[in-house]
Amino acid sequence: MIGVLQFPGSNCDLDVIHALRDVLKADAKLVFFKEQDLSGLDGLVVPGGFSYGDHLRAGAVAAKMPVLDNVREFAAEGKPVLGICNGFQILCESGLLPGALTKNTSLKFICKWVEMEVCNDTSAFTMEYEKGQTVRMPIAHGEGRYFCDEKTLAQLKKNGQICFRYKGENPNGALDNIAGICNEEGNVLGLMPHPERCSEKILGGEDGRKMFECMLGYIKSR
Amino acid sequence: MDVEITVKLKKGLLNPEARTIGRSLNLLGYKNVSDVDTKKVFFMKIDASSKDVAKKQADEMCRRLLTNPVIEDYEIVTK
Repeated sequence: MIGVLQFPGSNCDLDVIHALRDVLKADAKLVFFKEQDLSGLDGLVVPGGFSYGDHLRAGAVAAKMPVLDNVREFAAEGKPVLGICNGFQILCESGLLPGALTKNTSLKFICKWVEMEVCNDTSAFTMEYEKGQTVRMPIAHGEGRYFCDEKTLAQLKKNGQICFRYKGENPNGALDNIAGICNEEGNVLGLMPHPERCSEKILGGEDGRKMFECMLGYIKSR
Repeated sequence: MDVEITVKLKKGLLNPEARTIGRSLNLLGYKNVSDVDTKKVFFMKIDASSKDVAKKQADEMCRRLLTNPVIEDYEIVTK
């Protein structure tokens, strides 16, 4: 069973549920942030949206909710946690992933399809992609410019934690073209693009489906 | 106790908002304007036994919620 963590202001929660249930034929359920109990779940998705209205900093308030302590324990057990867009911001703000997501250089909310290079093919969410492969996914964010200090960037590179880099055009000014990263263990991944919005042909692309297939495969192999 | 917490992006970090405002001022004819910067200030009252206690609490708030240490620095003033 995969949980989709729902905060006030999440708005891609049902899209992820649709991708998991209807496209991947997997068991998935919404988990309201007040529920706290994550036992019984094999994986967790923190979906996109504007939790708490993006006030203070995107994802900052959701990241301080008590359920995040449970997510931290959940991740420490090696279970897969995927943060998409606002979910990525929440994972960074909570310290589950290093770095921060800041305002796009253009100051504009950008909603478009982008190309990315797959830079990691070993994480729980990328093991079935090929390193160097180009994938196309939609983005929709105003605060997606990834930033971290030099030491952290060196570590990310050394450990192969940079999973996706924008290719051709860097839409938000992200450091080193970073679109998505994972933790050292590879079971927590955050990315700004939306894999759930490109998980079936009718949506204009299918490159995101593999990310959920990887997650399900990883869960099976555990 | 009145407490003011000023939060600022770390030195060297791109502040696109300040850059845009600076460019707009230049476009309005203020050609002598440069190095525009922005800060965020929180104003609050803290009921505490001393300034030190209030400052300590405000510092804890900064670390727990109000700031992101990856990108921001902060300064606390108690009045």
